[in-house]
Amino acid sequence: MPKLTIHSAGPGLTIQDLGRPGWKAQGLSTGGAADPLALLEGAALLGTNPADAAIEMMGLGGTFSTSEGVRFTLTGAVMQADIDGENAAHNCTHFLPAGAELSIRGAQKGVYGYLRFAGGMTTDPIMDSRATHLTAGIGARLQAGDTLPLGPDPKRMAAPQKLPPSDRFKGGMIRIMPGPQTDFFDQQTQTAFSAMTFLRSAKGNRQGIRLDYEGGDFSTTGGLTHVSDLIVPGDIQITGAGVPYILLAECQTIGGYPRIGSVIPADLPKIAQAAPGTPLRFQFLSLADADTTAQSYDAQLRAITKMCQPIIRDPHDIADLLRYQLISGATPGDDLERP
Amino acid sequence: MTADVHAPELRPLGVDGILVRFARVLSEDANARALSFRSLVADAAITGVTEVASSLVSVRVGFDPERTTREIVTKAISALLDTPTATDLGPRRQWRIPAAFSPAFAPQLQEVATLAGITPAQAIADIEATTVRVIAIGFAPGQPYLGMLPDHWNVPRQSELTEGLPRGALITAVRQLIIWAADAPTGWRHIGQTAFRVYLPETSQPFAFEPGDAVQFQAVSDTDFRAIQQNTDTNGGAICEVLR
Repeated sequence: MPKLTIHSAGPGLTIQDLGRPGWKAQGLSTGGAADPLALLEGAALLGTNPADAAIEMMGLGGTFSTSEGVRFTLTGAVMQADIDGENAAHNCTHFLPAGAELSIRGAQKGVYGYLRFAGGMTTDPIMDSRATHLTAGIGARLQAGDTLPLGPDPKRMAAPQKLPPSDRFKGGMIRIMPGPQTDFFDQQTQTAFSAMTFLRSAKGNRQGIRLDYEGGDFSTTGGLTHVSDLIVPGDIQITGAGVPYILLAECQTIGGYPRIGSVIPADLPKIAQAAPGTPLRFQFLSLADADTTAQSYDAQLRAITKMCQPIIRDPHDIADLLRYQLISGATPGDDLERP
Repeated sequence: MTADVHAPELRPLGVDGILVRFARVLSEDANARALSFRSLVADAAITGVTEVASSLVSVRVGFDPERTTREIVTKAISALLDTPTATDLGPRRQWRIPAAFSPAFAPQLQEVATLAGITPAQAIADIEATTVRVIAIGFAPGQPYLGMLPDHWNVPRQSELTEGLPRGALITAVRQLIIWAADAPTGWRHIGQTAFRVYLPETSQPFAFEPGDAVQFQAVSDTDFRAIQQNTDTNGGAICEVLR
């Protein structure tokens, strides 16, 4: 089996998949990738299992090599990367030859980048998932010197694929739906919330992000202490001081702050990928309209797969043409090294 | 019980969930109704319902929008709410958990006893004599909110937060106890110590408690407690009896 070695690592590298649904009653939130859409993009490009685990990189990447040649993708936040000095484009499939160094730098757009290998990470699952859940004490941040097992690439010979760039890194209008506590805020406060342009604060992590704003007052009517209640990712909590926080994948399951509404799952990747300072505005949808936006991961994957296009390369654009196996053209070129 | 009995409120909680809220303030009655309703919905096995979770006063019914709709699940929930099953069946399981209460293990017991108008010895006696229930699980995986202690334990949270409480700490506020499992600061006061792990992620049964479980604490000497801490054959010396 291929083995991955991490030679250097940014501070926010964790293994993530689509999380552990089904444990809310026991106090464990689903967790998983902060931007699950990026995981699905990687799976669509590689044609592999969307449930496979990948490496999530918050803000900064790292350098990596593998013991055997393996295909991979970089999706989510746009991070400049190269293989032994040769540029490796975002949202494309690539082949990493055995021993070559993949170097991934800081995010130019967005926050969470994803490095997905075609065979997935094959670390031991805990409760049917490999996702690191830092607040629950499951897994740990990845560090330089770590070696991790990868699964075999099920489609080594697949033709290279690309996806068009995503526009979810620039914030903008975010759709929200009413929740159980929306009516704890009077109509005037809800209207003011919809009219405000917020900025993504520098404070944020996998549990949630804080929003900055100037002017306005979003405190609840009555100022009562509310009984703690169930929360879900996307919920917009307003603290006693009137500071909004949007909850993300690794939030707790119960919270005491009142929530003015909830970002619909379709727009939550835009929140996760909003870098500090990104402007965010909120538009309330009716419940019926919000419900029509619900889409399973399977349906999202099918839609993304339709957007994948084969990469057709002009030999003139290939600087290191002689490095390629030109005779058969279809093999990764490391066949003799493989058992 | 004071009158906080009004019709449950059904509200959306996400595109794939409905919250059934039995009250806007915590009461034992609302909590009992939430716990019973959670079992009722789980047992009803409604088509497309994926997950049923309860909190102090509410139940979230999660569903798969590809297999059902909000309207259909709402109808099924409403029908269940109309069935006369408000009677609590009582706890399914009864836990007995050893705890140490000497000042070394219970740095704020004296303070809480003073606020409650009793002596530390009476406080320990109250804890031992009260069978509390798991009224909610949350904040940290598997972490139970246990209630309710007698009225004089209605001690508010302290305004300063305590950092770095040990796992298994017994902490209290507003007539409730928590066996601490989080890695975060808290305003609850530290009045005892267990060696009990509520959350065992590496095992096939990662969570010790279910909502509704009954729990009794048993005071043990520091010597006995240290022996319990050393013994890895049991989960903090706890005994679990299945009642039904």
